[in-house]
Amino acid sequence: MLADIGLFALIVAFLLAVYATIASAWGGWKNQQAYVESARNATLLVVPLLTISVGVIVYALYSLDFSLAYVEDVSSRSMSPFLRLTALWGGQAGSILFWAWLMSGFVAAVLLRKWERDRDLMPYFIAVAMLTTAFFIGISVFIINPFARLWHIPGATELTRAIFQPAGAMAYIPQDGQGLNPLLRHFGMIGHPPTTYLGFTGFVIPFAFAISALATGRSRSDEWIRTSRRWTLVAWIFLSIGLVLGGRWAYDVLGWGGFWGWDPVENAMLLPWLTGTAFLHSMMITEKRGMLKGWSVMLIILTYSLVLFGTFITRTGVISSVHAFSKTALGPVFFVFIGLTFLGSLALLLKQRDTLKTKHEIESFMSREAAFLLQNLLFLAITFAVFFGTVFPLISELVTGTKITVGPPYFQKVTGPLFAVLLLLMGIAPLIAWRKQAARSLGRAMLIPFVASLGVAGIWGYSHRVHPASFFALWLVSFVVLSIFFEFWKGVRARMNAQSERPVVALGHLIGRNHRRYGGYIIHLGVVMIGLGFIGDAYFQQESQRALTIGESMSIGDYSLRFDNLETFPGSDGREVLEASTSLFKNGEFVRTLQPRRDFFVVQQQPVTVPAVHSTPATDVYVLLVGWEEIGLQSSTFKIYLNPLISWTWTGGIVLILGTFIAVWPQATGKRRVSYSLKPGKFRPQPSAGD
Amino acid sequence: MNRRFVLVIFVMVASFTTITIAQGQEGFPTDNDVNDIAKKLYCPVCPNTPLDVCETKACQDWREQISVQLSDGWSEDQIIDYFVLQYGERVLAEPERGGFTSLLWLLPVIAVLVGLVVVWQALRSWRSARLIEMQPVPSQPEVSPETLAKIEKELRKLA
Repeated sequence: MLADIGLFALIVAFLLAVYATIASAWGGWKNQQAYVESARNATLLVVPLLTISVGVIVYALYSLDFSLAYVEDVSSRSMSPFLRLTALWGGQAGSILFWAWLMSGFVAAVLLRKWERDRDLMPYFIAVAMLTTAFFIGISVFIINPFARLWHIPGATELTRAIFQPAGAMAYIPQDGQGLNPLLRHFGMIGHPPTTYLGFTGFVIPFAFAISALATGRSRSDEWIRTSRRWTLVAWIFLSIGLVLGGRWAYDVLGWGGFWGWDPVENAMLLPWLTGTAFLHSMMITEKRGMLKGWSVMLIILTYSLVLFGTFITRTGVISSVHAFSKTALGPVFFVFIGLTFLGSLALLLKQRDTLKTKHEIESFMSREAAFLLQNLLFLAITFAVFFGTVFPLISELVTGTKITVGPPYFQKVTGPLFAVLLLLMGIAPLIAWRKQAARSLGRAMLIPFVASLGVAGIWGYSHRVHPASFFALWLVSFVVLSIFFEFWKGVRARMNAQSERPVVALGHLIGRNHRRYGGYIIHLGVVMIGLGFIGDAYFQQESQRALTIGESMSIGDYSLRFDNLETFPGSDGREVLEASTSLFKNGEFVRTLQPRRDFFVVQQQPVTVPAVHSTPATDVYVLLVGWEEIGLQSSTFKIYLNPLISWTWTGGIVLILGTFIAVWPQATGKRRVSYSLKPGKFRPQPSAGD
Repeated sequence: MNRRFVLVIFVMVASFTTITIAQGQEGFPTDNDVNDIAKKLYCPVCPNTPLDVCETKACQDWREQISVQLSDGWSEDQIIDYFVLQYGERVLAEPERGGFTSLLWLLPVIAVLVGLVVVWQALRSWRSARLIEMQPVPSQPEVSPETLAKIEKELRKLA
């Protein structure tokens, strides 16, 4: 009964979404406000309807209603209530529904907030955003319906999945479900998938605004850029958090000692992040200088297409096996939709390119415009390399018939140097002025951070001599961090002198006055910290593996590990746990006990290696139980990784969030503080738009 | 006589050396030796998993095989070649360079170069547009935070 209500709500939501798309496009075209209003109401109705559908599925997962095939797929009696709830996005059907639900929520939020202000852009905004939403709801209704049931047709060897009873079939309700994939039975399940999906779906807003601006010919006025800036940052930060949490999850669960494996699914998430970051920056140049309008539109089209591509890769598994493509109708349908979105948007951009022409002018190659352009180029180059490396196995198989693997070494070698130049730019570009920058004053501004960073990197590199490139990487990081700190210090010192404020107060005011600029710096700091984790992983990781009997020790770096005990016991969520007790020593002194585990999921017959990690800012000691003697439990094989600097990645993620909060914080209204920008000859106060 | 003496000494020294080598090789190959090679290979059955961390039975057997080959005196290259021959090129973490695969390395480099040229051309045209105009557009000087703070202080005094 409940399931029928959910199904009904889903179908009505689909019809409304289709209606909203058509009505708003028609209303926009014929300039009939009534249609647009009607489309808006339909859009706003889609949210509660999808909420009902999602609610019904979640309840079915929780209450183990195995009459639904999806519940049988991803939920089971042995799973904790927490995991049953997260199973909403643990399988394909649920994920797509969840996607559609989040997206409809974003669209509705825009309609509620911006209706009056951006009335002109709204008709096509609704049309574009609801077209995508309708597509996802449509997949949910027609291709992988989460409300499908299991049926047994007499004579058939396999169960049939269908929403309605096939002729002569009997309903089949299993006693228990298969449950979530063991790798997903982890606390991280509450973090990584929803944040990633929020990031993915959030990009629909700038995309729809951009297309709407193109369609109405208003892209020149930059209104869409101002409107979607904050939404873009919201989507971007969710995607960033999703990436960091995904890395953390891989680190905690996959048991290979690292957090980023350049796996196709990881790359699929990284791609829209890369172009999205480029877009965030090109938006600034469009907003401040009115330049690169068409380019910004191009970037958001690319970003959104890559979002769809990412969902396509993750949900169809096409890269790991070409055959997954046509297993269901999902692959082909998705492929066509991505193609239409990308090509259709490009065609519109091309058609309207005259409306985007602006006068571009700079005075020198050394200007912030040039730095932004170079930065955009680097991001696109990395995007291209990652995309190409990800799809190359497919191309190779199609062209030459040979299956090949493009693993981490390729991605590290190709993107590493590009990321290094980006980091360098991150340290210099904020110091460069728009239009023209005198080399001498730039040199003066950089001198202190530059010299100091050489000192820091010299000491740092000398005490950890590994590889010349590692020294360079450490210098880069020190330089960027110091130049950001130096910027803060200059601002704080100025306020302390001019307003006789105390340092902390001055810092608060400095950030508050220009929260976009300083929020941006803090985001940069977060990115550098995440980069530090990659540097540690690339140059300083050590590993060692050995079989130990009880009482025996093995050592790695300054650490040694003693094997104390091994025991087995039944765990939660249907697992059999084998846990080793070990003692960790540093330079001979006891640090703590570590308990690496091997969880064996009985029903799925799948082992999961759970590492025990001792984490410090300098180094993580990451211990895995990789083998053991079955009888007597007297000996085990351990693998230890020393992962220097990795914990900075997680801290960096938090700093990133903090910086974004500061950057999107609304400018204090009411008693608006006025800042002044000087214009020779035309001296008048101007409210600062921030930087 | 003298020569024979030297020979005896040589044989004695040599036999000592072999003993020490044999002792140094005790337990060879270690797990670390095996992992060093396994790391460069990918599990032929599970997608995107390096052989040194893969947990399947097949991969354990393959690691065992590397261990046996190492103790038989095979070199790293021989072992890797053997796996490529047996299971195809996809077991390599980093594909061989050459032939069609060189595109993988070439295209990104070409893309960066083309991009640089495009950026350079764009910047040049922007700058020349500015030069042709030659009208004294008042440029907005970058105001340092120090100056800004001073001005605000003065303005506050006025208010």
